[in-house]
Amino acid sequence: MMSPFLFWMFASMMLVFGVAVVINRNPVASALSLVVSFLALAALFVSLDAYFIGIIQVLVYAGAIMVLFLFIIMLLDLRVEKLRKINWIASAGGLAVALALTIQISSVVGRLGIAKKTFPPLTRSTSDDVHQIGLLLFGNYNLPFQIIGVVILVATIGAVMLSRRETR
Amino acid sequence: MIALGHYLIVSGILFTIGFAGVMVRRNIIIILMALELMLNAANLSLVAFSRFHVDPGGALNYNAHVFVFFIITVAAAEVAVGLAIVVALFRLRQTTHVEDIMSLKF
Repeated sequence: MMSPFLFWMFASMMLVFGVAVVINRNPVASALSLVVSFLALAALFVSLDAYFIGIIQVLVYAGAIMVLFLFIIMLLDLRVEKLRKINWIASAGGLAVALALTIQISSVVGRLGIAKKTFPPLTRSTSDDVHQIGLLLFGNYNLPFQIIGVVILVATIGAVMLSRRETR
Repeated sequence: MIALGHYLIVSGILFTIGFAGVMVRRNIIIILMALELMLNAANLSLVAFSRFHVDPGGALNYNAHVFVFFIITVAAAEVAVGLAIVVALFRLRQTTHVEDIMSLKF
């Protein structure tokens, strides 16, 4: 387990940069804030003894997906958005729904009995988690694993088809 | 000490930030980024519950880790297709602003 200080540091870092993603006007700044938010989230995964998930969070999300985002932002040459007339009704409605959701989640978690319990200690080492996850992936979850392979193949073909220039 | 509820609250707040981003922002790329925030909030609560429910022998239960693995994979595929659609749309209309795209609006 992680010390409470580190938990609060990474959690607040994740939330602050998550807010920065939404309120930044420049898309590049938004994307870079999202990278920092994901790195803090990876630290939280490591604090929950999920080393493999933390590592693929850094490699896949902060590495691959965010590079894709930045690449598209550069390709489309998006500048700082011009100040448009803000649709106040839509924004206020969105914020109100989000606020209601926060209140709902905190009241549910507040009533949840197990939410106040701390995490039980682990007696077995968690350093072989890649081994354990691999056993599950190729054993119990073999069919979903193959389906996910097909999903990635379809997504690749779809992305190539969509971004192909029409030649007629 | 940090309890399960702390992780759940943090994950809920992250989900809400992503939700507010989808509702408030009008740039498609920012909306896609806010969607990623929501997916990651779900991942965080899955991993927190997995760490909370250890097996009787005191070993971690890795089922949730496999689910998170699948979610990350699907999110990667979704971003690839979504950004390809954004590029195709930008070629057609020269905009990424959702309010400029209303051909289907009645």
